[in-house]
Amino acid sequence: MRHEIVEKNVGLLSVLILVVISFGGLAEIVPLFFQKETTRPIEGLEPLTALELEGRDIYIREGCVGCHSQMIRPFRAETERYGHYSVAGEFVYDHPFLWGSKRTGPDLARVGGRYSDAWHRAHMYNPRDVVPESKMPNYPWLFERTLTGENTADKMRALRGLGVPYTDEQIANAAKDVRGEQEITALVAYLQQLGTELKDTR
Amino acid sequence: MSNLWGDSLSSFWSVWIIVITLGTIVFCWWILFANRKTDKQPNEYGEVETTGHSADGIDEYDNPLPRWWFMLFIGTIIFSLGYLLLYPGLGNFKGLFGWSQENQWEQEIAYAQEQYAPIFAQYQEIPIPELAQDAEAMRVAERIYLNNCAVCHGSNAQGGYGFPNNTDDDWLYGGTPEAITTSIAEGRNGLMPAWQQLGDENLRNVAHYVLSLSGTEHDAERASQGEAIFTSACVACHGQDAKGNHAIGAPNLTDDVWLYRQPGQPVLESVLETLRNGRNGHMPAQAAYIGEDKVHLVAAYIYSLSD
Repeated sequence: MRHEIVEKNVGLLSVLILVVISFGGLAEIVPLFFQKETTRPIEGLEPLTALELEGRDIYIREGCVGCHSQMIRPFRAETERYGHYSVAGEFVYDHPFLWGSKRTGPDLARVGGRYSDAWHRAHMYNPRDVVPESKMPNYPWLFERTLTGENTADKMRALRGLGVPYTDEQIANAAKDVRGEQEITALVAYLQQLGTELKDTR
Repeated sequence: MSNLWGDSLSSFWSVWIIVITLGTIVFCWWILFANRKTDKQPNEYGEVETTGHSADGIDEYDNPLPRWWFMLFIGTIIFSLGYLLLYPGLGNFKGLFGWSQENQWEQEIAYAQEQYAPIFAQYQEIPIPELAQDAEAMRVAERIYLNNCAVCHGSNAQGGYGFPNNTDDDWLYGGTPEAITTSIAEGRNGLMPAWQQLGDENLRNVAHYVLSLSGTEHDAERASQGEAIFTSACVACHGQDAKGNHAIGAPNLTDDVWLYRQPGQPVLESVLETLRNGRNGHMPAQAAYIGEDKVHLVAAYIYSLSD
């Protein structure tokens, strides 16, 4: 009964459990760290500008990811509606990813350029002004609040630590670039660049 | 389609995956058989050997897994081996079926292309004015319109604040079949500059003059003062007759259509807002999203709406 050795040593049991459950990750995840397709940005991918970065943080703050995914799967039903399926190289500068897993609203992976800035502003102020059947909440405070740019440079420095190639110049100008801008302007700037690297929709 | 997904791992990682995957399966197999046992038979006194665990006088028997359960385990192992043989799973080995996500998607697209492309293509050669009379084509076009255009122009196509009405006879970029097609396929960018530098008094005068052009209620004295400014600053785009210019999307100011007038807002206020802050009208290009065939159909639909 060698079972007993394992069953009566919690330490050994824990170690063996860890070994067993790590097999999946070792085979499915670890090789991706070393695969170019997942680590190399696709052509034309640029780090977000200071304004877009602040917009992204507003996107996170308002919980947009709770209702909108940013991941187009390779099914015709999705590529017909949203455009080219998402590829790993589009997300290498995303920390954290905002792929989401819930689509109460539509996927936003390629919403960039799809609608005009004016549409986005009208839509965010009251979605029902442009889409009568919409159940999205209103975000009127985005029009009242402005950015201070206080932490923008720090955020960019942190991202640079994670491998996003921000230049010293971009970081130095970060606060100046966003100070005084309405939050809605930042959010729209973020949305308008989403997924625009892959132009062909299919 | 460029090779965005990539499909090859370096041989080290390929071997790594194969070894771990097959190793895990072998390990499961070994665990299963190493712990296999048979039913314990009672000894001559009718006692059965137990695990020795005893709680409140209840002993735990040391019996094997139920047979059906054991066979299910074996079944899953055989299934996994079959799966790994047919589908990609072992490193760079593509599986005997040659299946991939990308291939499956391309097949779906090819199938849809074959099924649906002819439906849209049959209208491609029909001139827009004629197509606009075809009731069935317009039903198809309406679906495309509702899915792609209504989000800005409204499901009744009457537009809204900043979004042009598609049902009237007033055109920013022209209402000919060609102009409509270009607007849809390539999009439009309208630009009205801000004139704040002229000073608020002057802008007010110009605004009253603009209202006078369409016979809207206005202050005649201010209008006469605004005329000179209009002639020097505005006619370049809106024209001597203020009827606009389709080439650059300058609106006609002599009719009663006010694109940027909010519901209930006095016309004067909306014109002043435009003069002070300027406007940026942006119609996104649709050809990349819906394709030329559908652009043609939607153009005919828009054409039919304003007839």
